[in-house]
Amino acid sequence: MSGRQRTEATDNAVIKVLATRLLTTLVTLAGVAVIVFFVIRVVPGNPIAMMLPPGATEEDIARLSALYGLDKPLVTQFGIWITGVLQGDFGTSITTRQPVLDLVLGRLPATLELAIMALVIAVALGGTAALIGTRFRGGKREGAIDIANGVALSVPDFLWGLVLILLFGVLWPVFHISGRVTPSLDLPFTTDFYLIESLIRLRLDLTADLVAHMFMPALALAIPLAAIIGQLLKQSLKETMNLDYVTLARTKGYGETQVILREALRNAALPTITLVGVQFSFLIGGTVIIERLFSYEGLGNMAIDAVINRDLPLIQGIVLLFALIFTMLNLIVDLLYAVLNPRLRHG
Amino acid sequence: MSYLSIRNLSVRLKGGPPLLRRVSLDVGPGEVRGLVGESGAGKSMIGKAVLGILPPSVEVTGGEILLGGTDLLGLPPKDRRRRIGATCALIPQDPLTALNPSHRIEPQITDRLVNILGWTRAAARARARDLLEEVHLPDPERVLRAYPHELSGGMRQRILIASAFAAEPKLIVADEPTTALDVTVQKQILKLIREMQARHGTALVFVTHDLGVVSKVCQHLSVLYAGMVVEDARVADFFAAPRHAYSAALLAATPKYTDPDAGLNPVPDAVIDAVRAEVAAFDAAKARRGAA
Amino acid sequence: MADAKGMDGRSMIRRRAGPRLWLSAGWLSILCLAALFAPWVAPHDPLAQDLFLGRMPPFWMAGAEPGYWLGTDSLGRDVLSRLIHGARVALAVALIAGTITCLVGATLGLLAGFLRGWVDIVISRLIDIWMAFPPVLFSILLIAVLGPGLVSIIIAIVVIDWTRFARVVRAEAMAQGAMDYVSSAQVAGRPRIGIMLREILPNLLPTIGVLLTLEMGIAVIVEAILSFVNLSISTDDPTWGSMIAEGRTAIHQAWWVLVFPLITLFLTVLSFSQLGEGLKDRFDPVLR
Repeated sequence: MSGRQRTEATDNAVIKVLATRLLTTLVTLAGVAVIVFFVIRVVPGNPIAMMLPPGATEEDIARLSALYGLDKPLVTQFGIWITGVLQGDFGTSITTRQPVLDLVLGRLPATLELAIMALVIAVALGGTAALIGTRFRGGKREGAIDIANGVALSVPDFLWGLVLILLFGVLWPVFHISGRVTPSLDLPFTTDFYLIESLIRLRLDLTADLVAHMFMPALALAIPLAAIIGQLLKQSLKETMNLDYVTLARTKGYGETQVILREALRNAALPTITLVGVQFSFLIGGTVIIERLFSYEGLGNMAIDAVINRDLPLIQGIVLLFALIFTMLNLIVDLLYAVLNPRLRHG
Repeated sequence: MSYLSIRNLSVRLKGGPPLLRRVSLDVGPGEVRGLVGESGAGKSMIGKAVLGILPPSVEVTGGEILLGGTDLLGLPPKDRRRRIGATCALIPQDPLTALNPSHRIEPQITDRLVNILGWTRAAARARARDLLEEVHLPDPERVLRAYPHELSGGMRQRILIASAFAAEPKLIVADEPTTALDVTVQKQILKLIREMQARHGTALVFVTHDLGVVSKVCQHLSVLYAGMVVEDARVADFFAAPRHAYSAALLAATPKYTDPDAGLNPVPDAVIDAVRAEVAAFDAAKARRGAA
Repeated sequence: MADAKGMDGRSMIRRRAGPRLWLSAGWLSILCLAALFAPWVAPHDPLAQDLFLGRMPPFWMAGAEPGYWLGTDSLGRDVLSRLIHGARVALAVALIAGTITCLVGATLGLLAGFLRGWVDIVISRLIDIWMAFPPVLFSILLIAVLGPGLVSIIIAIVVIDWTRFARVVRAEAMAQGAMDYVSSAQVAGRPRIGIMLREILPNLLPTIGVLLTLEMGIAVIVEAILSFVNLSISTDDPTWGSMIAEGRTAIHQAWWVLVFPLITLFLTVLSFSQLGEGLKDRFDPVLR
């Protein structure tokens, strides 16, 4: 097969995958929209009654319900909402009376920064564990890493969060265990990406404060993922270490560590990368409870408040945004796989 | 004075049966020695022991591997690795798996020169280009930039040969270098290895199960059975009159190119029984020594 | 044995499944006993408040109140007694929710994987949609809908986690359906339902069993998370999650209120998961 043909075949495969996946993604998002809309309408407790001061009359409630369109039939309400969503209007929050989109986009950067920091930590921890385990495979150190991986994987992020709070918030208080930033600090930021902006503005004092707040929740999210990365990467590294080109490299005079880093790592990393993409979308789902645990002002924390306050438009907006992030991440992973795969087959 | 001298090398599976039984052989400078035997006879194991790439499940239990007068087994691991990297090379069996799929060709030829022997990149690159011409690959510049999957099996084996000769090693181990190739390509590769060996004056250990190949390439040969050298001879003498019954049977079992209709003559059971008895006697003698 | 795993002898060293299987089973047995006999084992009434005994430290510390081994919380309730009674809720949720989730998820997965066609399309789409919900948010939402209580928690867990079983069982049923023994049963004219239940299902049981064990650990955590967010059972009932929530607020004054339920929860989740892993190593060639 000539290079030209190969590229065309690759392109066709990519387009086909893209088309089918885009279609299923739309079905998925529509399903999420329908389910969240109708499920939360069943929530007992009238959100309007909760907003009004005690002693409000029936007429007051009816008037405000009409204002938010809550007096119309459910199907009509859904139609109004979904039409708005398609035009970029997610409605108005009942508790804060601000547009849902503004609220959600205001909190999204905090959650994204947390998730990405968790991902970086997970890759660093898991990668180190895999490399050490491969370097000393068969020995006590590999056994210790296997056990640590097993424990890290069995216990979910929520419990790791509590353990970290006890260890580094109480016993040895080196990190903050609450909030995103020290409230008394003066923030010069124009966007909500505090961490990134503090780096760009070279306000490293603020970066340090932000990291000291983020590190514990990010680590809690990262530990299970780090274990998954460590296990899979170690397994594929060990398989790679038996391949002929690695043996050949040994005869050239390289030591074991160099052989792992130079010859094995790049080839062993590919299957891990695909997995990390999928697992990252699960990690983003985990931010909900971790943000609550660490009182971190992100999307998840806002979501729980919205449920407690029966703020229906806000809940709908947040769930839909989470679903969008999840499906998009999976789409990207699938595409990446389709692009990398023909190369792998030829390689 | 031989360049590689293996003295009574014994290797076994950890906690398991012996794989090499007091193997001794010599390879002089510029000399080619064939290692012949059935699969599992331990011929590849000898090459791996010399190059320090024995699998972790295997251990050396005795003997010496003298390379230029120094016992490799007595050196600390790092020094041994360096010495092997600087003076020896491997031509592997399967060219399809012996090149790293994620690196281009150039670093796979030059990395030993640059990283182990301290050449400059430019010098190493020029050397790689010369070598590719020497192994008759057209358009060396393009090949250097290519990834392995863009090249055929025969081309990749030529690259591996070029890479093996890159640092002008004193000794090359060729581990069944033509087994994985098409029959048409096999002859060309064999010719190329002989040509390169002669030009560079490299000592060569040629591992094969094919006596026909030995007759074309080698000057000396060792016949192995169950990790034991049953015959060590000059190639001319061997093909005229093999001394050991097993090697004679092996020779008789090799299909003749001149007479393809002659059919196969498998090694007779009686000969196998005799050589097995020899191995058993060896093990028994060793056990007695161990007990004494 | 010698060349069990190819040339790399280092990978021959096997993890021993024994100790972790026994340790996990041991801890879970202790929990079961504690839950069964809670009223007799627990030294105090888990709900009895005594404001004069608020935040007493555990027995080895200065100022500990005799009889309150693991100290008391801010309302003067005995931590040990609450832990023991909390095991009842945790194990009830684990067993009931785990089993129902398993039945629902495995049935849907089996139908999708064996029948294929539109059944598979519908169930697969449903799985996709379910996966797109952040699970914690979904469960909180469901509890808000259903109201607090043990039954609500169980329903929420079943509704959220059936996909865990459905995904794996579907893929397995498809793989098994492609095997020769299924074709020969079809050629022999056996009815499809019979093939599904008699030929395919028995081969999936080890996988399902392992998933069930893992799911029980997950159920315990979900219950704790929901109690923590204060949407679980009524706040008076002793649950590990509500103890943790209380401990989190008083962490600087009385760390033991958080530590003991946390350790208990940690060990329980770890045990369920290690039990599953141990069973997997023993019995299941599929998931390894």
